[in-house]
Amino acid sequence: MRKLRTRRHQVVLNRSAGGDVGITVVLVIMGIFMFIPMYYTVIQSLKPLNELFYFPPRFIVEHPTFNNFSTLFNLMSDSWVPFSRYIFNTVLISVAGTFGNLVLSSICAYALAKIDFPGGKQCFWIIQKSLMFSATVGGIVNFIILSKIGWIDTYLAVIVPAWCSTMGLYLMKQFMESNITTEILESARLDGASEFRTFWSIAMPMVKPAWLTLIIFSFQGLWNMGSSEYIYSEQLKTLNYAIGQITAAGITRAGASAAATVVMMVVPITVFVVSQSNIIETMGSSGMKD
Amino acid sequence: MSKNTLKQVKTRREMSKAEWTWFLVRKNKMAYFMVAPFMILFFLFTIIPVFFSLILSFTSFNMLEVPKFVFMDNYITLFLDDDLFLTALKNTLIFAVIVGPSSYIISFAVAWFINELSPKVRAFVTLIFYAPSIAGNVYLIWGTMFSGDQYGYVNGFLMKLGLIDAPILWFKNPAYIMPLCIMVALWTSLGTSFLSFIAGLQGINKSLFEAGAIDGVKNRWQELWFITLPSMKPQLMFGAIVSITGSFGFGGIVSALAGNPPVDYVGYTLSHHLSEYSGTRWEVGYACAISFLMFLMMIGANLLVTKLISKLGE
Repeated sequence: MRKLRTRRHQVVLNRSAGGDVGITVVLVIMGIFMFIPMYYTVIQSLKPLNELFYFPPRFIVEHPTFNNFSTLFNLMSDSWVPFSRYIFNTVLISVAGTFGNLVLSSICAYALAKIDFPGGKQCFWIIQKSLMFSATVGGIVNFIILSKIGWIDTYLAVIVPAWCSTMGLYLMKQFMESNITTEILESARLDGASEFRTFWSIAMPMVKPAWLTLIIFSFQGLWNMGSSEYIYSEQLKTLNYAIGQITAAGITRAGASAAATVVMMVVPITVFVVSQSNIIETMGSSGMKD
Repeated sequence: MSKNTLKQVKTRREMSKAEWTWFLVRKNKMAYFMVAPFMILFFLFTIIPVFFSLILSFTSFNMLEVPKFVFMDNYITLFLDDDLFLTALKNTLIFAVIVGPSSYIISFAVAWFINELSPKVRAFVTLIFYAPSIAGNVYLIWGTMFSGDQYGYVNGFLMKLGLIDAPILWFKNPAYIMPLCIMVALWTSLGTSFLSFIAGLQGINKSLFEAGAIDGVKNRWQELWFITLPSMKPQLMFGAIVSITGSFGFGGIVSALAGNPPVDYVGYTLSHHLSEYSGTRWEVGYACAISFLMFLMMIGANLLVTKLISKLGE
C-alpha cells in the first residue's frame, strides 16, 4: 500500500525525480537544437548589411531593420517576373488545391465512413494502402497523363492532382467514424433528408476539427511546393521556387534570402498556432486499425 | 403488376447473393455519386500511374516513338550495368534505415516527454518541435549556418575558438555531406506522425495508468512498455507509415544543400537518379523501372513494419 499514495482522491503515478530531471534536460537540449535555426533565420532577416558580415557571426542583431524585406521586393520587381506574381501563384495554387481537396475528400469520407455500401470497404482499403508510397513513384506516368489531357504548363497540372491527396481523406474518414453517431444520421434519414443533405447539414458541422486539419495539411503542402516538373513557364512558378533562386545567389543575398524565408514560414506557422488544438483532436483518431 | 409487387416483397433470404448486392447498390446509389469524384481522380493520378510504371518498366520508351518491349532489360541494366544506380540504392537505404527509425523514435520520445506537461506548455513545446517541418524551405538556413566561408556560423565559431585554421567547405566535403543531410532531415522530421503520437498519448484512458500503478508497475519505463505502447498501437502504425514513406523518397534536402549531383555522388539517392532519367534523359522505360523499384521498397518496408507493430505487446 506504500505505493498507493492518494492526493485529492487521485492515484499518484510512480515518477522518480531523477527521471523528471533527465527528461527535462534532454527536452531542453533538443528544443534548443530545433529552435536555433529558426531563430537564426529571423535574426538574419533583420540584420543590416554590415552586420551580416561580422566576424565571427553574432547571434544578436544590434540595429534591427526591415531593409531586407524591402530589398526582397525591389530585387524581384525589376526582374522579368515580378515577385508579387510568385506570391499570387502560390496563393492561387494553395487556395484552389485546398478547396477542391476539402470538398471532394469530405463528401467521399462521409460516404466511406457512414454509408454501408458494396465496394466502400475496398475503396478505403486502397486509399489506406496508398499512404504507403509517395507520389514520386507515379510521377512519370502522371506527366504523360497530364500532357495527354493538355494540362502541362498550366495551373491545373498542380491543382487538380492535389484534389485527390489521400492524407486528408484518411484523417477525415477516421474522424467521422469515431465522432458521428449513427443514430443522429438515422433520425435525419427517417425525417426524409437526402443522403447529401444529411452530410451537409448534420455531419459537416460535427467534424469541424477534421476539416480544419485537412485545410491546414493541404494548404501547407501546396504553400511549400517548390518547382514542379509539370510547369516550365517562369510566370507560373511558385514563391518557394523564387526563394530558392534568391538563396542560390549566396552570401551577397543572405539578408534578402532570410527575409524571403521568413515571409514563407510565417503563414504556415501562424495557421498552426491558431488551429493546434483542432489538429491534435483530429489526430486522436488518426490511428490505423489493421 | 402482381409480378412487380412480388419482387418488392422478396426478402433477404429469398435473394441470391448477387441480387442482394445489386439491391444494396441501388439502395445506396447516392453513396456512389459521393465517392465517385474523389475516387476517379485518385485512380487517374495515383493508382493508374503505378500500374503503368510497371508496364512501361518492361519497355524502352522515349515519349516520342512507340514503346518497345524489352522485358527485363531495364532491371538487368540497373543492377548489373549502372554503378550510379547501386550508389543511389545504397544511399537511399542508408538514409531510410537511419532517418526513418530515428525520426520515428524521436517523434515518439518527444511526444511522450511532453505528455505530462500542462496544456499551455505542451502547446508551446509542440510548436517549437513541429515548426521546422512546416516552415517551407527554412532548412536552407542550414546551408548558411554551415556555409563554406568564414561568415558561416559554424566556421566562424570554430575559427574563433581556434579549433580550425581555415573555413571548412561543409557541403562540398564528402565526409560531411551524409551526416549533415541526415541531421537536417531529422530536424525537419517531427511532422504528421509527431502530432499523431501527441494525440494518441493524450487519448489513453488515465485509469489504465492508475490500475497499472496498483498492479505493480514500478516506474515510467515499465508503464511505457506495458501500458502506453500497447494502448496506442493504431497511432504507432500510422506514424510508422508516414515516416517510412517519407524516408524512402529522401533527396530534396541533399539537392538543396549539397547540390545535384552532390560532390562524388555522396548522398545521391534514388529520387535523384529517377529525375535524372525521367527529366533530363527522357529514358522513360528505364525511369519507370527505378520508380517501380522504389514503390516496391516503400510498400515492402511498410508492410513489414506494420506487421511488427501489430505484434507489439502480444
